[in-house]
Amino acid sequence: MTDTAMAATALGKRFGRRWGLPRSGEAGTGGGWALRDCTFRLPAGRVCAVVGPNGAGKSTLLALAAGLLAPSEGRVTVLGTDPASARARVGYVAQDKPLYPQLTVAETLLVGADLNPARWNAEAAERIVSAGDLNPKARIRTLSGGQRTRVALALALAKQPELLLLDEPMADLDPLARHELMGTLMSQAAQHGTTIVMSSHVVAELEDSCDHLLLVGGGRVRLAGEIDDLLAAHARVSALSEAADLEPHTVVESRVTGRQLTALLRPAGRLPDDWRPTRPSLEELVLAYLRNPQAAPLTPATSEESAV
Amino acid sequence: MVEYRIDRHSGVATYVQIVQQTKQALRLGLLRPGDKLPTAREVVEATAINPNTVLKAYRELERDGLVEARRGLGTFVRRGLSTAPADSPLRAELDGWAVRARKAGLDHDDVAALFIAVLDTHFADHDQHSQGDPS
Repeated sequence: MTDTAMAATALGKRFGRRWGLPRSGEAGTGGGWALRDCTFRLPAGRVCAVVGPNGAGKSTLLALAAGLLAPSEGRVTVLGTDPASARARVGYVAQDKPLYPQLTVAETLLVGADLNPARWNAEAAERIVSAGDLNPKARIRTLSGGQRTRVALALALAKQPELLLLDEPMADLDPLARHELMGTLMSQAAQHGTTIVMSSHVVAELEDSCDHLLLVGGGRVRLAGEIDDLLAAHARVSALSEAADLEPHTVVESRVTGRQLTALLRPAGRLPDDWRPTRPSLEELVLAYLRNPQAAPLTPATSEESAV
Repeated sequence: MVEYRIDRHSGVATYVQIVQQTKQALRLGLLRPGDKLPTAREVVEATAINPNTVLKAYRELERDGLVEARRGLGTFVRRGLSTAPADSPLRAELDGWAVRARKAGLDHDDVAALFIAVLDTHFADHDQHSQGDPS
């Protein structure tokens, strides 16, 4: 066991002109860097949101961690080893939920059991599938997107992974199924201490379920850390524009409306009371960083190598 | 047993909502000493919130001496929250006051505002669970 579920050091991935990205349309620039200079450490047992706009490099990051892509530079370790060696202990659900269309639901689960003989929890798989009222005899190709997501999550969870990598897991689901499956994921985390990493471009969807954040934008990590710590490190302020001196603080975003100056910043020292500092919401924080690509990133700059 | 309802748009931190709802259940007698709180797993399965949020709330309740964690068994209520029972003289006085307020022409919101204003003068030191401390 290791207390680090996932760590990246100067990780980068560049796609050649001939090769598409794991998701078509992401970072449409041929031959560019999909991810660059990505350094972070995710402690075990966390539920981590990978957030960023379309084309930010979220899918690339997850595919690198799953070992489906090889890094162009730097390295990524999962569960204390390289992605290929950790594969038996990692569950990965790609965004397009790849399944065999000609198999039935029941056959798909049998394949899952067959491929993971040491770890398979058939009861868990059955429970997730039956909660969705799926006919076991239905062929995968006849299922809706949301039903396919359910089967894919059943496969990933029944494997009882130590690390679960989910690329946009909730995108196809109706609100009811979303809530139920998120509850199932959280229950997995509570019971087994499973580390869960899930990507989304909808921050609000993840706010209550995640305790760790990785904000990716323009192929780089903009924010990384515990959500509570990140929120506590920032303040929203509102002050008289002529009187306010933002200089010592790290300004993420600021705006002047009439005489009023509003800003989101990382305070360096105590803020004046009359600036009325308040704690931003996660969504405010994420949007402020995404609107301002030049804002200095906040990631723990500790040596990741020593931790693994 | 209690069931937590999480309101994502209330502006109140999720763990604080769990703390407040537990205290409310203690005040109302829905939870009594010896009762077991739902496990973190049960709460997150129903609410889809992060398990650490539940544990954080339970730790705070434990710090307040309201509950205790028993290893391998769960979290149990240690003591109830003292409150005026439904038939107490205090309640009767408040009841009479509310009747007079209504006769005087105050509506629900007026009464609530008045009550909170008076509450704040007399319990000014009460630690408010606001947004948390932006230190």
